[in-house]
Amino acid sequence: MIADIGLITLTIAFIFTVYATFASAYGGWRGRWDLVESARNASLLAFPFLTVSVIVIVYSLYVLDFSLAYVYDVSSQAMSPFLRMAALWGGQQGSILFWAWMMAGFVAAVLLRKWERDREMMPYFIATAMLTTAFFVGVVLFITNPFMRLWHIEGAAELTQALFQPANSMPYYPEDGGGLNPLLRHFGMIGHPPTTYLGFTGFVIPFSFAIAALITGQSRGDEWIRTTRRWTLVAWIFLSIGLILGGRWAYDVLGWGGFWGWDPVENAMLMPWLTGTAFLHSVMMTEKRGMMKRWNMVLIILTYSLALFGTFITRTGVISSVHAFTKSALGPAFFAFIGLTFIGSVTILYLRWDTLKSEHTLESFISRESAFVLQNMLFLAITFVVFWGTIFPLISELVTGIKITVGPPYFQKATGPLFFVLVILMGIAPLLAWRKQAVRTFGKAIWIPFIASLGIAGIWGYTHRMHPASILGLWLVTFSLSTTLAEFWKGVQARHATRGENPFTAFINLIGRNHRRYGGYIIHLSVVLIALGFIGDANFKLETQGTVSSGESLTIGDYQLQFEQLRAYPGSDGREIIEAVTTLSQDGEVIRTLNPRRDYFTVQQQPVTVPGVYSTPGKDVYVLLVGWDDSGQSATFKIYVNSFINWVWIGGLMMIVGTIIAAWNTPGQREATYVLKPGALTSHPLLQES
Amino acid sequence: MRNIKRNLFLVLLALIASFYAASAAYAQEGQPGYPTDNDVNRIAKKLYCPVCPNTPLDVCETKACEDWRAQIRDQLSEGWSEQQVMDYFVAQYGERVLAEPQRKGFTSLVWFLPLTAVLIGTGVVYEILRSWRNQKTATTAVPPLPEIPKELLEKIEREIRELD
Repeated sequence: MIADIGLITLTIAFIFTVYATFASAYGGWRGRWDLVESARNASLLAFPFLTVSVIVIVYSLYVLDFSLAYVYDVSSQAMSPFLRMAALWGGQQGSILFWAWMMAGFVAAVLLRKWERDREMMPYFIATAMLTTAFFVGVVLFITNPFMRLWHIEGAAELTQALFQPANSMPYYPEDGGGLNPLLRHFGMIGHPPTTYLGFTGFVIPFSFAIAALITGQSRGDEWIRTTRRWTLVAWIFLSIGLILGGRWAYDVLGWGGFWGWDPVENAMLMPWLTGTAFLHSVMMTEKRGMMKRWNMVLIILTYSLALFGTFITRTGVISSVHAFTKSALGPAFFAFIGLTFIGSVTILYLRWDTLKSEHTLESFISRESAFVLQNMLFLAITFVVFWGTIFPLISELVTGIKITVGPPYFQKATGPLFFVLVILMGIAPLLAWRKQAVRTFGKAIWIPFIASLGIAGIWGYTHRMHPASILGLWLVTFSLSTTLAEFWKGVQARHATRGENPFTAFINLIGRNHRRYGGYIIHLSVVLIALGFIGDANFKLETQGTVSSGESLTIGDYQLQFEQLRAYPGSDGREIIEAVTTLSQDGEVIRTLNPRRDYFTVQQQPVTVPGVYSTPGKDVYVLLVGWDDSGQSATFKIYVNSFINWVWIGGLMMIVGTIIAAWNTPGQREATYVLKPGALTSHPLLQES
Repeated sequence: MRNIKRNLFLVLLALIASFYAASAAYAQEGQPGYPTDNDVNRIAKKLYCPVCPNTPLDVCETKACEDWRAQIRDQLSEGWSEQQVMDYFVAQYGERVLAEPQRKGFTSLVWFLPLTAVLIGTGVVYEILRSWRNQKTATTAVPPLPEIPKELLEKIEREIRELD
């Protein structure tokens, strides 16, 4: 019965969202402020009503109300209470409800915080944001409803899912449910969907403000950018965390020794992240120099459409098989909505194109402006490469009828050089002054990091592995790292020299004085660390596989893995575990015991490979139990030595810290509209002529 | 001078190309123990499981993939070359088993379109920057600024530094 409450509140929330969309649009158009206020109240109410629906589903999952088809699909008695509740986003119905709920939450938060400040844009902000929310709530209500019950129709071989009792049917209560896919029972997969969805849905805020700014003509100013800056950062960091947690999950659970496989689902998340990152940078051009106003619009429309596209790909499985598209109404509905969003917003942008005139002047090719433009081009190029590679199998099947695979080699080869240039640019762009950078001062700033990075990379590469590619990769990382660190160093030096602060206080005050800049630099440092992880994965990875009898060893690099014995025992969550006991040594010295295992989930009939990992800051030794002899006398292992992989996770944590700093308002300092860089005056051509 | 530049460019190209070189060492044909698991995996890595979605053959855990890996081993021990094994799989299961899309026929578009896009993008960026720079020259009919003493400039610079 409690499920009925959830269904009713869902229906009411749907009515509210639809009403809010139309009332606010009409109210804004006709200047009927009473309607706009009413739409605002409806939007605010949609959130608590959706919250009730979410709570009902979570509760049903927890108490195992198997009369609901969704609970039957994703929950089971063997699952822990925590896992049962996390199963809210373990299946399609629940996750789309979750999506809609979070989006409604974001919109409600904005309406509470920004209502007075941006009144003019509010009607169209509500209309845009609520249209999207209404779409998702509608999808939950009409296409993939988590409140569907199981019914047994007389004489039918299979159970029927329906909201209301079909004719000649009896309600059906299964004894136990199927339970969550075993692969999803991992902290990465518990945290990955909520963070990703927060990222995806969060972009509705800058997008809706952008559309509102276009419609009201507010886009002439850059008020909407100021209003949404921190919301964008929040969406961006959640998307980043989602990406990293997904990578961690893949590394721990999927058993292929890597963390990024260029799978369509991963690419679907990466694309809005790429354009979102470009957007975060291009808005700076508007804020500081009044340039690239149109481009910001293009980027935010693209980012939001790609976020929707990402949800579409992950939830319909259309890329792996065209046939998944028509299996339910979900595919066509999503496709139509993405089309509507994209074409609609591009049309509005086209109609308002002239209001977005900005003065583009450039004094020199060597300037911060050029760096920004180039950076945006690179991000867009990478997005295109990823997009094209992701959808190409689909295009190939539609055009030629031949199924093909676009695997990691394509993505590595096509994006590698672009990422390479991007990381170099990340290292040098902060050193470039706005308007014009004198070549000589730039050379002065760059030569020490450049020489230092050459030296470090050379020595490092020489001691690790003499391979040109690895040295080049290490140079890239050390170069960008040292130029960024040099920025901190210069700031600390200046404070030390002028105020006599000790280096530590100087460092803290430096960040405190300009959260945005130094938070950004910390994010840059974290990106360098993540790049190091990718370079390790591409150039330093070792792997070997072999079958050994008890007492024998496998060798990889300077490590030896000795197989001792195999043991079997029942585990929690209804699984049978086969575990190998092995000893890892380095150069003959025993380091520790590793227990790679294979968990077999009996109910789902699914094996999960759990690696045995010896983890150090420099490298991981990652051992998989691939197979075994039935007598238990011999076993097959696959061993990877993954260099620098831990820096991906460390970089991820640092990225969160950097974003929090960057999003924090600098106390007592109005944001400067134009930042004078040291050297800008003395190197200014007009001033020098005189 | 041109030659040096060209050589430098070639060296860079070679460096970037070697970026993608595989890393592990493998037993060679004719050596004892051939083919090892690593020899099989080296080929299986370049192939995708013909039945599971998006899974490389070297990591796929299904029984079918185990059999396919065993088949690769048999073929290698019969003296097949890597190319022959790959060709056999393509002939049997279609182009979709190749992890790296081919560079011929319709499939070559997957490679060439991004390359073209990047080239065009670079050109567009250059053109945009150039046009912005020209706009500036059209509007710099600003009267010359009064002379500012060097000491004052340096003082301002110093204060900006402190502000930061």
